[in-house]
Amino acid sequence: MKHTLAVLVENRPGVLARIAGLFSRRGYNIESLAVGQTENPDIARMTIVVDGDDRVIEQVSKQLHKLIDVIKLSDITEEEYVDRELLLVKVNADPSVRGEIMQIVDIFRARIVDIGRNTLIIEATGDEGKINAIEASLRPFGIKELVRTGKIAMVRGPKQ
Amino acid sequence: MGITGAQALVRTLEEEQVEIIFGIPGGAVLPIYDALNETNIRHVLVRFEQAAVHAASGYARTTGKPGVCLATSGPGATNLVTGIAGAYMDSIPLVVLTGQVPTSMIGTDAFQEVDITGITFPITKHNYLVKDPNDLPRVVKEAFHIARTGRPGPVLIDIPKDVAAGICSRGAPERVELRGYKPTYKGHPNQIRNAARLMQEAERPVIFVGGGVISSGATEELRKLAETLSIPVATTLMGIGSFPENHPLSLGMLGLHGTAYANYAVTEADLLIALGVRFDDRVTGLVEKFAPRAKIIHLDIDPAEIGKNVEVNVPIVGDVKLVLQSILALVEEKKNEEWLAKINEWRERYPLEYGNKKETLRPQYVIEELGRLTDHQAIVTADVGQHQMWAAQFYKFARPGSFLTSGGLGAMGYGFPAAIGAQLGNPEALVIAVTGDGSFQMNMAEMATAMENNLPIKILLFNNSGLGMVRQLQHFYCERRYTAVEFTGNPDFVRLAECYGAAAYRIQSPEEVVPVLKEALNNDRLTLVECVIDRDEWVYPMVPSAKGLDEMIQYRDVEGKQNE
Repeated sequence: MKHTLAVLVENRPGVLARIAGLFSRRGYNIESLAVGQTENPDIARMTIVVDGDDRVIEQVSKQLHKLIDVIKLSDITEEEYVDRELLLVKVNADPSVRGEIMQIVDIFRARIVDIGRNTLIIEATGDEGKINAIEASLRPFGIKELVRTGKIAMVRGPKQ
Repeated sequence: MGITGAQALVRTLEEEQVEIIFGIPGGAVLPIYDALNETNIRHVLVRFEQAAVHAASGYARTTGKPGVCLATSGPGATNLVTGIAGAYMDSIPLVVLTGQVPTSMIGTDAFQEVDITGITFPITKHNYLVKDPNDLPRVVKEAFHIARTGRPGPVLIDIPKDVAAGICSRGAPERVELRGYKPTYKGHPNQIRNAARLMQEAERPVIFVGGGVISSGATEELRKLAETLSIPVATTLMGIGSFPENHPLSLGMLGLHGTAYANYAVTEADLLIALGVRFDDRVTGLVEKFAPRAKIIHLDIDPAEIGKNVEVNVPIVGDVKLVLQSILALVEEKKNEEWLAKINEWRERYPLEYGNKKETLRPQYVIEELGRLTDHQAIVTADVGQHQMWAAQFYKFARPGSFLTSGGLGAMGYGFPAAIGAQLGNPEALVIAVTGDGSFQMNMAEMATAMENNLPIKILLFNNSGLGMVRQLQHFYCERRYTAVEFTGNPDFVRLAECYGAAAYRIQSPEEVVPVLKEALNNDRLTLVECVIDRDEWVYPMVPSAKGLDEMIQYRDVEGKQNE
């Protein structure tokens, strides 16, 4: 089962390597990892999606927590949270199909952010399901390039 | 005006009451070595950086203070890696200082540059690359704090040459503030109550003790618990010394080469009380068959150890000493006569044995006599191999911190440098390095270090002209096809020791053991005693791979058959 971990870490060089290394040397696979500064510039927040059974997740969490640079770690999988991913996709777009693509972009409330002679770059945000859906809808036109940020997530309601 | 980073480093080390640094200089640490001129901290110049870190470990394990070692960048730093990994696996507090190329050259593959913080991420509790001399005092103070608190471990500080030479105008902060590091010392009251209740109710309990009991200084509490509730105590290799082995409740060591009665007791137990252990595979054998009838209480300061290898019924995260004190307040005296009688029956039927003692020179006999002649009070270090297991089985250790060996990593070459650190930390103590011809040759150049520092260490070298433990594995698992385990180029160890200026003896027959050991032990010089033993000497009992502890092979099953 996929778990979403929210990890607050010291915003220092090398921290990402420590975290990523911890996963790789124990043979755990990171599905996605998104990292950025928080409201406090000394603290960064990582959203890590990792696949594994309860034992694996427990071990991952405990080992992460042992790192001196990890300030707080929560497994928010079971909580109500808002999550988003950003997608940029460059899709083949002859003038003949542009209208159709623009309709799809509208439906998903995405945006066209660049127009080339035969291509469009589309930007979309949303949860994983939406991003997967827009990707699937655009695939028939021919995707030339695609990049996703990985998930970021925040628990709903007041901060604990 | 400030002082240099190197001077600030040395001052902070003084504030941390560092007495000894083990190391070897080099280009990148020139400013640090220069600053060492202005301090009373003793620098011990070893012959190989690996010995510096092993010696620091021996010092730490026998003094309770973090060991400190220092090496230059590049090869100096990489030579430390084995010792750092060993200290990490055995939870030994170390502060490891390495030099680094100047900050302007980091990342250019400069001469003697390696990314030592990157290399040691997985084998340090924490590490630092210091980029500003002003950070040095704080970082050093944090490093000592991290190394010795919680689950102890090695912390590495990488110091670029220009940082050591640069100006530092800041001192160390009053207090260490690390928001991501708050070890839990007190156990959860509910779990403590649960544990106390299970202990009180159990009919066939066994206490199983690891190095955590020694590092938390909980040996008194352990003895009280065992005696109050009449619970037998088995130890891991790292736990040896935490419970006196001449105590009627002692089961000795359990596991792969543990005593038969410890292994049977664990297999039959209805409650296993695991204190400061991590359920190493050399202890459990096949996990599915480990303590199959027992509920398990696991007490450890590191939450990540709990539930890692075995499922636990009562997990308690905390300091062993504090938690045992709370448990002791809740339990009442109890006798387990039936269970202890059963254990004594095993103890009598399946003792540690090795057959005849008189005809040929037996290593087990030598260790037994060594124990007797030193009243089981010496600090004994062991390298890794058969001799290590014989030392663990037959010396009968009586006090904590008296048996030092590379438990988790199993690094050959550990024992002799660790003895150097132990002797420097305990100048009055009798320190004995038990080693084999394989292990000793990995760090025997340190005889020069021992001589230089007038250390009267006794080296007890078992020479079977090869790698005995691997040979034993090949005997049992490779149908006696012996590959790459015989040494034909061994030196004459007696003459070698004499070359260094040490005293040296050779024992070839059992009659020589007592007189030679007596002479060697009374010697106030570095002394090597070589015991020439049979290469077909095996360590028993032995739990075959992928078997349960009660499926061990005992001496009586194999060699002892003809005697029955």
